[in-house]
Amino acid sequence: MSGVLRDAVWAALDTVLDPELDEPITSLEFVTSCTVSEDPDGSGAVAVVRLRLPTFFCSPNFSWLMVADAHDAVSAVPGITRVDVALEDHFVSEVINQGVAARAGFVAAFPGEAVAELDDLRATFFRKAALAGQERVARPLVNSGMGPDELAALRLGQVPPSQDLDRLRARRAEVGLPCGDDAPLLLHPEGEPVTAAQVPLHLRRARLTGVSIEANGGTCRDLLAKRYAATS
Amino acid sequence: MYEKDGEKYFIVDEHQHFWNARPDNWVEGRENLAKGWIDCFYGYHQLGPPETHWDMEKYQRWTVDDYKHDVFDEGHVDVAVLQSTYLKYWYKEGFNTVERNRQIADAFPEKVIVNGRWDPREGEEGWRQFEADHKKYNFKGVKVYTAEWIGDSRGYKIDQPEARDFLKRTQDLGIKNVHLHKGPTIWPLDKDAFNIEDVDHAATDFPEMNFIVEHVGLPRIEDFCYTAVQEPNVYAGLSVVIGAHMYARPKFFAKVMGELLFWVGEDRIVFGSDYGIWEPKWQVEGFIDWQMPDDEAFSDYPRLTTAAKKKIMGLNSAKLYDIEVPAECQLPAPGTTADEQKQPGEELLIDAGLAAGSQA
Repeated sequence: MSGVLRDAVWAALDTVLDPELDEPITSLEFVTSCTVSEDPDGSGAVAVVRLRLPTFFCSPNFSWLMVADAHDAVSAVPGITRVDVALEDHFVSEVINQGVAARAGFVAAFPGEAVAELDDLRATFFRKAALAGQERVARPLVNSGMGPDELAALRLGQVPPSQDLDRLRARRAEVGLPCGDDAPLLLHPEGEPVTAAQVPLHLRRARLTGVSIEANGGTCRDLLAKRYAATS
Repeated sequence: MYEKDGEKYFIVDEHQHFWNARPDNWVEGRENLAKGWIDCFYGYHQLGPPETHWDMEKYQRWTVDDYKHDVFDEGHVDVAVLQSTYLKYWYKEGFNTVERNRQIADAFPEKVIVNGRWDPREGEEGWRQFEADHKKYNFKGVKVYTAEWIGDSRGYKIDQPEARDFLKRTQDLGIKNVHLHKGPTIWPLDKDAFNIEDVDHAATDFPEMNFIVEHVGLPRIEDFCYTAVQEPNVYAGLSVVIGAHMYARPKFFAKVMGELLFWVGEDRIVFGSDYGIWEPKWQVEGFIDWQMPDDEAFSDYPRLTTAAKKKIMGLNSAKLYDIEVPAECQLPAPGTTADEQKQPGEELLIDAGLAAGSQA
């Protein structure tokens, strides 16, 4: 039974993103271990997940989001009755692990150092991902000769299906931006439409944001590989 | 001076360290932080070519002789700027203080500039110390490390009133170069700690000063580029940009350079090796050999010309620090070469009414 459940737990972890890098913690190899076993008291199944990050000093805010999201995602798996998610080898891992387990909230876990929960931070990064995603979807269209007027008028339903398009819709949905077939492909970060005259600058900005996300993801992977070279 | 294919390059390395992170310098009870810090640096170190890696013992502290070998004998550097970072929260005598960096300046007075350091949270006492240091060392620049931990504080912003006051006083002393670490930080915990809005405000308020943003705001290159394109006194410091990417992720490096050339332009990009995180030798040689890939994906990024490499590797910093450049390494006077567009991103912003001078 635990094989099927373990797969379900892993699939749940697949949905947890590093919001800064816009990638799942699974493909980033932030999940060190994931096991499911019968609860010794016979009442159900326990999921034990261990997480790791590229450096000892990775930002506590993003670290918190990943641990808390992993905790929530795994808790929601049918059949899992107890969850033990913990971050290891980090300068505030104890505070994060205890805070998440106690469902204390970020501010309560870091009194005096944090004054707000992290929903806005997460939204900021989903917005960046939604901006970068537009350029990825638009690039093949631009390469095939589509000009600013057509791009400004283009709706999501008119774009050929692709993974990039699915991802763009998902990120928009997260922050409440229009993501249906009649939504414009090009939108400013706060949701206003992009005019034909604004298209060149908009796509450049979108690409710059994408380069930033991509470069960070690369560096994080490299640092993680060096940090855990001996064990992985 | 570095010579390649008949071209002569004057090399100014604007971002170096000479730190002490050995266990005998760790603050009792905070060993995990002191060790965590240098381990974290060592992770970055390993992103350079394997043959350039040091062992941990040298990495924690090296000698003046090592410095001479790595920087001047082998590293092609003509003039080096050492930046001072204190981190006394977990290093007893500090990480690389002005005093420690002065060991290098005293050994090579013609080739080394040491920048001072202040922190507005240290108030008048801190300022008096800075003034005394300046009297002794005649600073041409300061390094401000806004993410430093002091007491309960985990950092500050450069546009806070106390910091602006310090900037004003710094300007009054005739010091015009301000290097800011805008790279990986951890505070404030609940915000995006990499945000560089504060530099934007300071650069607007102190147009006579130069703000060199080290690590180009990584991991927020996009925010940095928007700021730099609108503030003509903001510079891109390539420390970490070359070190962490040119060898480890060449394609990403090309994209980052492409974006910097597009938005910031070759006149405001300056080379820094971040020694001892990485040695300058492979960075200098690699960058001068480097060119934008020919693939389609890079086709609309500006190319990097020999003249641009000369500026980035030394001439731009020489201007900031009034360093005399030998005639053979200088570029022809402006106006004698074809007038090419060096910063296309600015054009786009002007079109959209967003550039400096146009309606913001």
